[in-house]
Amino acid sequence: MTTMSDPQQGSFRLSMLLNDTRYRSYTFQFIALMLLIALMAFLGINLVRNLAEAGLNISYSFLYVPAGYDINQTLIDYNSQSTNLRAAVVGILNTLLVAFLACVTATILGVIAGVARLSNNWLVSKMMSVYVEIFRNIPVLIWILMIYTLMTAVLPAPNAFRGDNATSSMLFDAFAFTNRGIYVPAPVWGPGSMIVVATFVLSIVAAVAYRKYAVSLLFRTGKLLPTGWPTLAILLVPTLLVFFVMGSPIGLDYPALKGFNFRGGLQIGAPLIALWLALSVYTGAFIAENVRAGIQAVSKGQTEAAASLGLRPKRIMNLVVLPQALRVIIPPLISQYLNITKNSSLAIAVGYADITATLGGITLNQTGRAIECVLLLMLFYLTISLSISAIMNVYNNAVSLKER
Amino acid sequence: MSDTHAASVPYVRETMLPQVEPPSTATGPVKWVHQSLFSSIPYTILTLVALYVIFVILSGLLPWLLGGVWNTGNIRECREVLDGAQGGCFSVLTERWNQLLFGIAYPQDGYWRPTLAFILLFVAAAPVLFGAVPRQLLIVTVLYPFLAFWLIWGGSLLVPLAALFSFAIGYVVYSRLVKSSFAGGLFAGIVVGVVVWFVAGFITSNLTNVLALEEVASRNMGGFMLNMILGVICVSLSLPLGIVLALGRQSNLPIIRLICVVFIEFIRGVPLITLLFVANVVLAYFLPPGTNFDLILRVIIMITMFASAYIAEVIRGGLAALPRGQYEAADSLGLDYAQAMRLIILPQALKISIPGIVNVAVGLFKDTTLVSIISMFDLVGMIRGPILASTDWNGVYWELWGFAALLFFVVCYGISQYSQWLERQLQTDHH
Repeated sequence: MTTMSDPQQGSFRLSMLLNDTRYRSYTFQFIALMLLIALMAFLGINLVRNLAEAGLNISYSFLYVPAGYDINQTLIDYNSQSTNLRAAVVGILNTLLVAFLACVTATILGVIAGVARLSNNWLVSKMMSVYVEIFRNIPVLIWILMIYTLMTAVLPAPNAFRGDNATSSMLFDAFAFTNRGIYVPAPVWGPGSMIVVATFVLSIVAAVAYRKYAVSLLFRTGKLLPTGWPTLAILLVPTLLVFFVMGSPIGLDYPALKGFNFRGGLQIGAPLIALWLALSVYTGAFIAENVRAGIQAVSKGQTEAAASLGLRPKRIMNLVVLPQALRVIIPPLISQYLNITKNSSLAIAVGYADITATLGGITLNQTGRAIECVLLLMLFYLTISLSISAIMNVYNNAVSLKER
Repeated sequence: MSDTHAASVPYVRETMLPQVEPPSTATGPVKWVHQSLFSSIPYTILTLVALYVIFVILSGLLPWLLGGVWNTGNIRECREVLDGAQGGCFSVLTERWNQLLFGIAYPQDGYWRPTLAFILLFVAAAPVLFGAVPRQLLIVTVLYPFLAFWLIWGGSLLVPLAALFSFAIGYVVYSRLVKSSFAGGLFAGIVVGVVVWFVAGFITSNLTNVLALEEVASRNMGGFMLNMILGVICVSLSLPLGIVLALGRQSNLPIIRLICVVFIEFIRGVPLITLLFVANVVLAYFLPPGTNFDLILRVIIMITMFASAYIAEVIRGGLAALPRGQYEAADSLGLDYAQAMRLIILPQALKISIPGIVNVAVGLFKDTTLVSIISMFDLVGMIRGPILASTDWNGVYWELWGFAALLFFVVCYGISQYSQWLERQLQTDHH
């Protein structure tokens, strides 16, 4: 009969590195580390040799020389004499702009489609499944290019708005849909407009405070205050009062046809619209699926239990179903936002000046600094992704079920 | 009996009433229409709006589809034939059919080769995808990569045969040694396989004309074929890589875990387009001077890395979802790590991960269109470049984009339907 005995101590043999589980893990990790170092060294040596051969070096000084190209849609002052760094900043802001816009519209679209897909109305729910399937299964690049084509090839040129028998006309005399983009009225900030804005911000704070007060009153005394109309009143009445007292300091600058093009107003370029719409409808289809799954994840017993407590349907939705569904919906929703940000790099296909198109496109081609540009580009996207992941982790910890 | 109760009970029914059909409003199509379309005023409004939207879409789409022109040489002829009537110039599809599918530069008399490879793909995939297909077909699956390479890229049949031979030898060595040690078997199998391939490479390099098809360079691949090539190769390569990465991320060896985590998070944090930029302009700096391998190969490497990071995350979810008891059971049977993973953990974890893997595969296939941005002529690149830029077809947008969308839709929708079917098949628990 064999007896178990402790492994012999102190007599280390070389074969134990492979056969003894205590040491084997060290062996494997050592091999992995060596392989990694060898790979890095291989790539590094090649890089140095290639750069020496081409007479190049790694340098970021190109960021400070004038970029020499124009960007048609910028959020900050920029001209062709600005530096490449400023062009990159313009690109970053444009990326964030289109990502933000697309996140908002994709969420709205996705929530509507997801809820409508669960509707009892057969026609509506079937239409929404068709929407989801069509948009999910066709590459977003094709959607971007299709909507861009729609914007540039189907919408009329500005001169179609001209003359007595113009073939096109503006919507409400305020919006012009042309193949150079959409013109919308731009706000004009007169003197005193800051006071109006400040009033509005204060009203928001007051409205939030009022709702908190209503909830705490409900919890303390059981007295239910109305929230809907008072909130609206707090938001609008003071702001409107101040607006008229100050003599309407905020006006609108309407676009108008001057010569061959529209002047005034705000021009939203066709590339931005195409990217915005395409990302919205494409990601909206994915969000719809997340929303549907989230609502279906709340078991029917929850709704029935709430109903048997005497809650009304709206309160069941607000107090019972949504809080539980959101726990399921929000994490994939945030990763969809991340996808939007990453997919916005396809802007380069329609010439929207995001960070990929400025830093990774024109600057790269003009300066030939491929390694530096791509590195900075990746660094930017990594920063965004990692910070969004960090936010998501914080959120997940906050809402995760506290189990004892 | 009824007599005795006659005084106290005024009326007792002694027979059942005959069953009656439910009223016509509570059954059949009428009930369905009422319940699912017009049950309340808001629903009725919603239904009417939906009907209007469908009408608008169809009234625009149907005349365009049905009134289409299919056999003219260029856009001007097409407009003449249409003569102001509504209809699409679908003749661009018939005239440029081969370009859309195979690109510009693929030899014209060789179109049967990718077509045959495409058909064989279904034969090769069938035994993997459907359990009911006879197992003998798995031989086709094993042979398919070599056969498809020969068909699409051409050259001597001996080259893929040599690869197949070395692969087989390596596998034999592996299966001999795997009983004693998985790591040793794998290592020995790879080494022997590579050595045999190297030796065989010397022999085949002198016999380039044996059973040779016309050789086609990678840069001549294009059209939808390029999307299919990239999609199929990258998905099949990224699956094993993703499994390795997922196991590495779950392992308790800190250095290996760190390497895997950094790789996965880095790849998932950047858009695919930046990785394609790396393939296009940066990768050459990191390779020995003078090496100059195909753009398509560099792109395959990058897309494979990209997909494997996502697949790794899906499989990690599967590994984490397995009950702890499975790991402990494997340990208590005395299985070592490789055995436990191969025999107990991975078969179950992969089964859970299949829907996620299929989602990644569909996403990856859609992402192959991105190569058009680094000026490769895939389906989207062909449409944007040679076809829309030509004087013959400049202005035929919707027919072309509709066709591209349709192709992708058919493939992606098909795959996702398959995944849902498989999910139902694999459901072994009973709800």
